[in-house]
Amino acid sequence: MKELQFDSAVIGGGAAGMAAALELSARGLSCAVIEREDELGGILMQCIHNGFGLIEFNEELSGPEFAQRLEEKVRSAAITPFCGATVIEVEDNGEHKVISCVSGAWGVIRIKARAVVLAMGCRERNRGNIRIPGSRPAGVFTAGLAQRLVNIEGYIPGKDVVIIGSGDIGLIMARRMSWIGCKVHAVVEILPYPSGLTRNIVQCLKDFGIPLYLSHLTTNIYGQDRVEGVEVTPIENGALMFDRSFRIPCDTVLLSVGLVPENELSRSLGIDLSPMTNGPWVDSTLMTSVPGVFACGNVLHVHDLVDFVVEEARRAGSFAADWLAGRRKDKELRVKAGSNVRYVTPGRLDPARDNKLYLRTLIVKNDAVLEVRLNNKTVRSQKKSHVQPSEMISFNLGPSELAAARESPDSVLEVSIL
Amino acid sequence: MKQGSDTFDVVIIGAGVSGANIARRLCSYELDVALVEKEADVSFGISKANSGIVHGGFHHGSKYLKARLEVLGASMFDRLKAELDFPFERCGIVVVALHEDEMRSVEQLYTQGVENGVIGIEMCSRERMLELEPKLSSDTVGGLYAPGGGIVEPYRFVFSLVENAQKNGLSLLTDYKVVQARRAGELWTVTAADGRAVQARYVVNAAGLFADEVSRIFGAEEYLVHARKGEYYLLDRQTKAKPDRVVFPVPTSVSKGMLIVPTVEGTVLIGPTATKVDDKEDCATTREELDTILKSARNMIPSISEGDVITSFAGIRSVIEEDFMIEASAKVPAFIHVAGIQSPGLTASPAIGEYVKDLLKKAGLRLVEKADFDPFVRKVPRAKDLSPFELDALIQKDPAYGELVCRCERVTEAEIVEAIRRGHTTLDGIKYFTRAQMGRCQGGFCTYKILKIIMRETGMKAGEITKRGGASTVLRGEL
Amino acid sequence: MRQELICITCPIGCHLWVEGLAGGEIQVSGNKCPRGAVYAREETVAPKRVVTATCRAGGYRDPHGPRPSLAAPRRVPIRTTGAIPREGIAGLLESLYALELSLPVRKGDVVMRDVLGTGIDVVVTRSIG
Repeated sequence: MKELQFDSAVIGGGAAGMAAALELSARGLSCAVIEREDELGGILMQCIHNGFGLIEFNEELSGPEFAQRLEEKVRSAAITPFCGATVIEVEDNGEHKVISCVSGAWGVIRIKARAVVLAMGCRERNRGNIRIPGSRPAGVFTAGLAQRLVNIEGYIPGKDVVIIGSGDIGLIMARRMSWIGCKVHAVVEILPYPSGLTRNIVQCLKDFGIPLYLSHLTTNIYGQDRVEGVEVTPIENGALMFDRSFRIPCDTVLLSVGLVPENELSRSLGIDLSPMTNGPWVDSTLMTSVPGVFACGNVLHVHDLVDFVVEEARRAGSFAADWLAGRRKDKELRVKAGSNVRYVTPGRLDPARDNKLYLRTLIVKNDAVLEVRLNNKTVRSQKKSHVQPSEMISFNLGPSELAAARESPDSVLEVSIL
Repeated sequence: MKQGSDTFDVVIIGAGVSGANIARRLCSYELDVALVEKEADVSFGISKANSGIVHGGFHHGSKYLKARLEVLGASMFDRLKAELDFPFERCGIVVVALHEDEMRSVEQLYTQGVENGVIGIEMCSRERMLELEPKLSSDTVGGLYAPGGGIVEPYRFVFSLVENAQKNGLSLLTDYKVVQARRAGELWTVTAADGRAVQARYVVNAAGLFADEVSRIFGAEEYLVHARKGEYYLLDRQTKAKPDRVVFPVPTSVSKGMLIVPTVEGTVLIGPTATKVDDKEDCATTREELDTILKSARNMIPSISEGDVITSFAGIRSVIEEDFMIEASAKVPAFIHVAGIQSPGLTASPAIGEYVKDLLKKAGLRLVEKADFDPFVRKVPRAKDLSPFELDALIQKDPAYGELVCRCERVTEAEIVEAIRRGHTTLDGIKYFTRAQMGRCQGGFCTYKILKIIMRETGMKAGEITKRGGASTVLRGEL
Repeated sequence: MRQELICITCPIGCHLWVEGLAGGEIQVSGNKCPRGAVYAREETVAPKRVVTATCRAGGYRDPHGPRPSLAAPRRVPIRTTGAIPREGIAGLLESLYALELSLPVRKGDVVMRDVLGTGIDVVVTRSIG
């Protein structure tokens, strides 16, 4: 069994992992990146559509192009990637974290590092998670699995498709399936508004005349061997209107019903998780409850855009480097989700410097206001022309706005959308 | 494997847990035995979707054949496990009483258990129950504890039985749906829908839900097998609500009730419901029933959370009357019914194998023990059970043990390949053999890899791979 | 006539208001950047889209020998370098799906030049092999 030692190790070689590793390496630290697939890039590799990189590269790129740009930098930096290696265990031995991973090429390797950045990404919620009743025929796929099958493997999962959930992957797959010659009969969304980006509603559904059923629940899946159809039921005032249920014949169901950060390794390390984000609780330096272990990207909370993931990951890498250099956090203030806010992350801020926050709202509203109150005093009131749960909101808070927190030890910052 | 219209001493119809046990038992004698199954793989009927319990021997009175076979069968599992390498554990069973008046029924279960000869069974106070299972509801007033009860992976049990029987000469014919039977002289000719035929001196009808149809085809007794559907939820292995033992409610007159099972592989199963259905293949789950399961399970362990659900499924039990119906036909010769094998069929199945062997002997079948009978199956190393050192050593020999295919259940490419080589070439067959696709992502990450491994190992085309045989094709072709 | 559009140029998705003025001119409001105005004009006159797809990957020599690795590349991702008229997409896709690209390929390799006389090319978006 090989044992290797690095200053730092990053678990996951997708956009977040590569960005975090680049930052660690730029600070002169040795860094291992452990990736279970045979190449770096993560889920970007199957996202062959465009729309990535507008913020990061000021250009509109496809997923593989975005990944390749990061990968080229990784290959020319002092970073050691381990591809085709799956982490099976992480132990915290105080001074070191020990990561055990398994690969066909090297067997079991133990990688020792003083700091670890978690960048494992997320997984798709599936049929069981949302409890769709009915039979269990072939032909039910998560949208991401179908995307992999079509875009990387070149297989056709089915011909007549119904997509459940209007998340972005589902919308993108509606267009992809149409483009490979399949018929997409409907997208069914339980909420009264779409979960994906508006532009995807336009270019993935409207362009193809695909009906979007809002406030509708898929109440049954039919078919003995292969899917034969779904039953769809309208929802009114929270009640299912079974007298108006209808059936859509199809041979394939794609599920795009949300993503869950993949925190099984985090859990085995004893890291505290937030029930709102399903990701680790992190402080102002993106450090989890286990000292020396940081988190970024979709394992921390599910992002809309890879550009935001990369931005966050770069900070995680930088904070990890600071920590390795011996910098310990000063006083922090606590962040709380206020009215109409599902979550704000990170959960702690450093009042002495600039902090970046991400939040998701619970409401759809035009002309909304982002209100930030520190110890019950408004420190920011910012107009937002349009807010909705599917679009993450980011903002910065600096030392001037947080000045009051430096004096009082138990400061609380509350963020609301009004 | 024998093909065409070969002649066998015994043909067993139905490769569920009963048929598999009978087949393996018969293969320890100098006999030519065939096992025919209408599905693409064995254990694809009733035996794939049930609670996976080795019962405690206290649920039924000793007047029932099923109670006698249950107690005998349960006692045979330790040896079977040693020989056949399938997941089984005697974790114990508790029955929870939530009201004082339920304690009367508990007492009756206790008496029944003692009469049936169950060892170690005890009546428990509230304190004793909460000491055994601290996660139980604070409403618990007492209960029953049967330490000998256990948990088993039913499909792995069947796979191992059949594999071992094959090692000892069994001919297995899958996709073999019996449609016709004729008797000429001393022989039955049993014909399948696709025209294949086998001849046999004796026939065992272990066709589960379809035993009534098979009986009719052979001109034997007329009866009706009713289908009773049971729906289940499977919870993530990381649930905080996992008990250490199987948790039963106090049973009603019709069913043992909905239980909470810490499965032998670490997940938690809750259910089943019990609904009479007309369609014997109706494995659909329903919203109402699933809600009932959660409610009932939470009565016993309140911390069970909807957020822990990774999948739901339904299984069908075959019911004729209250008891099993295992007997030689009085109407036609050399034909044994093994029908109405409802709960505790899995527990009783090894004893059913013995019982049917004796019935055949009584009917004139000559039994000579096979001198070279090999009771063992070749063990498959499983990555999740190995220490890092053991796994590393294995990867040096076979790098496919380093390619993790299913991350949720930690299954490697080598194990998938092994499943395929042992004849499990459908997605479900591979799932039951390896557990890949059975974890929290339900195949979201690993299905494409498994499809590619099947194609590489079998030479099948993309459009030919099925979920569970028949028309259940997974892909519609290639770009 | 006032028409509402949602800009799809980038993920921000500005809500645009398009008003027809006298003489066929249109006026756009609600856009956060100049690309929004360009998009609104195009979308009202002749909608265009960027197309992404894959081509079959050919000529891959597996370093693992006769037992092909599961990682053997099967498809090469490609895209148009700009938006092309919507009505031309179906025909373009048909010819792209018929293509096989010999590995190795490099990101940016041109697969097809000047699609439908638009000056737009189809390029490879990932280096493989």
